[in-house]
Amino acid sequence: MSIDLSQFYEVFIDESFEGLEAMESELLNLEPGDVDSEIINTIFRAAHSIKGGSGTFGFMAIADFTHVLETLLDQIRNGERELESLHVDLLLKSVDCLRSMLNAIQNDEPQESEEAEELRKQFQAILDGKSHDETASDDGESSAGAEAENTNGGDVITIWDIKFAPEPHLFRTGNEPLFLFEDLQALGEITVTANFEKLPELTDLSAEDSYLSWNITLDSKATADNIKEVFEWVEDDAEIVIKKVAQIEDFDFGFDETEQTSTETAEDTTESQTEAPAAPETSASNVQPIKTEKPKAPSPAPAKSKPAEKSTTKSDSTSIRVGTDKIDSLINMVGELVITQAMLNELGEADEFDASKLTALREGLAQLSHNTRDLQESVMRIRMLPISFVFSRFPRLVRDISQKLDKQVELKLLGEQTELDKTVMEKISDPMVHLVRNSLDHGLESPDERIANGKGETGTVTLNAYHQGGNIIIEIIDDGRGLNTAKIKQKAIENGLIEADEELTDDEINELIFRPGFSTADAVSDLSGRGVGMDVVKRNINALNGTVEVSSVPGQGSTFTIRLPLTLAILDGQLVTVGQNVYIVPLVSIVESLQIDISKVNSVGGGLDVLRLRDEYIPIMRLYEMFGHEDAGKKLEDGLLVVVESDNEKVGLLVDDLLAQQQFVIKSLEANYKKVDGISGATILGDGSVSLIVDISGLIKLAGLKKAGRQGLDFSKPVSEAV
Amino acid sequence: MAMDQNATLADEPLNDLTGEQAELVQYLTFMMADEEYGIEILSVQEIRGWEPMTVIPNQPDYVKGVINLRGTVVPVIDLRLRFGLEKIDYSDLTVVVIVKVLINDNEKIMGIVVDAVSDVYNLDKDAASKAPEVGEVENKPFIDGLINVDEKMVVLLDLEKILDI
Repeated sequence: MSIDLSQFYEVFIDESFEGLEAMESELLNLEPGDVDSEIINTIFRAAHSIKGGSGTFGFMAIADFTHVLETLLDQIRNGERELESLHVDLLLKSVDCLRSMLNAIQNDEPQESEEAEELRKQFQAILDGKSHDETASDDGESSAGAEAENTNGGDVITIWDIKFAPEPHLFRTGNEPLFLFEDLQALGEITVTANFEKLPELTDLSAEDSYLSWNITLDSKATADNIKEVFEWVEDDAEIVIKKVAQIEDFDFGFDETEQTSTETAEDTTESQTEAPAAPETSASNVQPIKTEKPKAPSPAPAKSKPAEKSTTKSDSTSIRVGTDKIDSLINMVGELVITQAMLNELGEADEFDASKLTALREGLAQLSHNTRDLQESVMRIRMLPISFVFSRFPRLVRDISQKLDKQVELKLLGEQTELDKTVMEKISDPMVHLVRNSLDHGLESPDERIANGKGETGTVTLNAYHQGGNIIIEIIDDGRGLNTAKIKQKAIENGLIEADEELTDDEINELIFRPGFSTADAVSDLSGRGVGMDVVKRNINALNGTVEVSSVPGQGSTFTIRLPLTLAILDGQLVTVGQNVYIVPLVSIVESLQIDISKVNSVGGGLDVLRLRDEYIPIMRLYEMFGHEDAGKKLEDGLLVVVESDNEKVGLLVDDLLAQQQFVIKSLEANYKKVDGISGATILGDGSVSLIVDISGLIKLAGLKKAGRQGLDFSKPVSEAV
Repeated sequence: MAMDQNATLADEPLNDLTGEQAELVQYLTFMMADEEYGIEILSVQEIRGWEPMTVIPNQPDYVKGVINLRGTVVPVIDLRLRFGLEKIDYSDLTVVVIVKVLINDNEKIMGIVVDAVSDVYNLDKDAASKAPEVGEVENKPFIDGLINVDEKMVVLLDLEKILDI
């Protein structure tokens, strides 16, 4: 075809992922035996759009696979077959399988997989076994037959005779026969003869109608399907007869069949069109085996999740669906901005500028800054999506894992409408999966154990999200056995993470689970307990400028609290000077800033000074020294100490002076340069100069300082040894 | 000095009859320590004067810092120092050539500090001779070739290698 379909792949894949999402959540709602026809319909529609889409784009493996799936669903829908739990499991598996097939398309890999073949056989077995509906299974066979034809046609050169007789209105549909012939030519050698029979007298001729028909002879290795594909876009507007010359088989899909296919395609398109608005509805009416405690507002757009085992996808360009209300508010802002600009313009254009206009100018500027801030907030809101996008994957996860572990689990989702930046959302998903898995595997007890402890049989895992200040807090709460501090401590001593005689509070002990190489699971299961995990979780969250904490009450459960900034693009920061250089310290990591009382500074050798601040010893890091700026003030008493905290370590940064606190738009330093130790990015200040943002945890690593515990002061070991 | 007599000078294309078969590439040349160096003009984004810049800590001395190029943070490399030449004070004539290079498949915008911009030539790259094989030449990997223009030698540079820091 002359149209490059590949430009629409992304849309198709996005839509298909949404469809799968809807299928999955609806499948989880299905109770075997008690079939809600509305749910089945939703699943069926989703499967049908995927089939239609993949057929159009030529992803035959997906189309064929969804076809069997759809046949089964159709039978259930028509009441010809009882829904069994086996079916649900199989359908869920095929959702996963379709996902990986779609991923394969994204990565330009072959879509066919053994898994798909295996599932197809299982579906076929069900269908063949107790098929009540002849037509449905017939349908299945015909597709299989078509496929057989597909493979037969392989290497043999066949001579095809094609008759192409377009309707008069062909040109008005935007089609051009020449392109079709060019496409045919790509398949093999063609000879085209035109028929002028229908050509009217010149006086009767309408310039916009097509009167010609063509006979085409094609020598090609192509199959009937390949040829059909060429005519895909015109099959509604033309009579097309494709014949194999000198072969017994006669592929004729003339008017009748064309008609049939055309209605089918028409149905496909309408279905997929109605599907888009329907999808949010389905994800909103998401009544899982979950208790929803807050009324769920309809999510503005269906989730576009990536499978857990997502590989690096080839294309980085992703799309985002934005509610029209957000766009509208943006347009309003821009309108106001234009008005302000006109007002300022008027002031500027006046011939004389005198003091009387100063007030007006000030007002205008104030309005401008107001507009800019509003605009900034609105633009940021566009990137914000409700966290239900992440939450929505958990019902399935919990169902699968609890089955595997033979535990009874109820999942509660709270605050699903809490909004979060899309980039943060994508990155928080994997750590959350890890934490939920851990809660299910280690946190919750088996039903017997729960009863023995006087609890209900069913354990509860709660995911809670809410805003606090400029942060989003995500809590993962289980009512299981809680962390076993004694065991954690013992393990930590075994692994050499702490000294045997070290005295730690329970909270400090709990924090140890985030250290690398730590696992207390008695048996390593395939779910968790391999000793990689918590430290990775923590590292990933730290990379997002977030923190993760754990609190636990033995016998009553544990709570993991993730705290994340709402966006990665804007940072609240404190400007500090070191000599002539201006740096930005992220406000989140600043604990306090103070003048140094020199009498409380002790030297612990090795050139390291510590400041005794209340009960803690704060190691002093001289920024001028670490950054090699010779022009800075070097005396402790002349400078200021900014106490910052990262990874539960507190250090004091010696700077010359503090300047303003403000918001900064983060610019990447790596985009044009490379990663610089101790620097997390750059920003542009009001005067147009560039300022660098200090990366606190990177700086601590750079200094090679080990955590300054309350009791054991040990700065000698570099971090790399502990990791 | 190894020079190639066949190097084509095609400053005035009208008079140039040999230019038909040779593929001419435009080069921007600049001066550094009385030598003329050339870089492909298509990689040049713009030419700016020297301006104070924000120092990046703990970087090699030839990385002078970063500047704000209309909202993009762009690192600036002093080519003299990169080549191990003697350092000179920056003057009004000191220019920063902003170039776009492909480093490890990533398109990067960087600035290079040179003494002064010289000229633009149409040159036949194939006519350039390789850098001399004799002796130890520290900067040899940076050199794409040597070419004759008006009895002067121009050193053609491989920006990708120079800026891959």
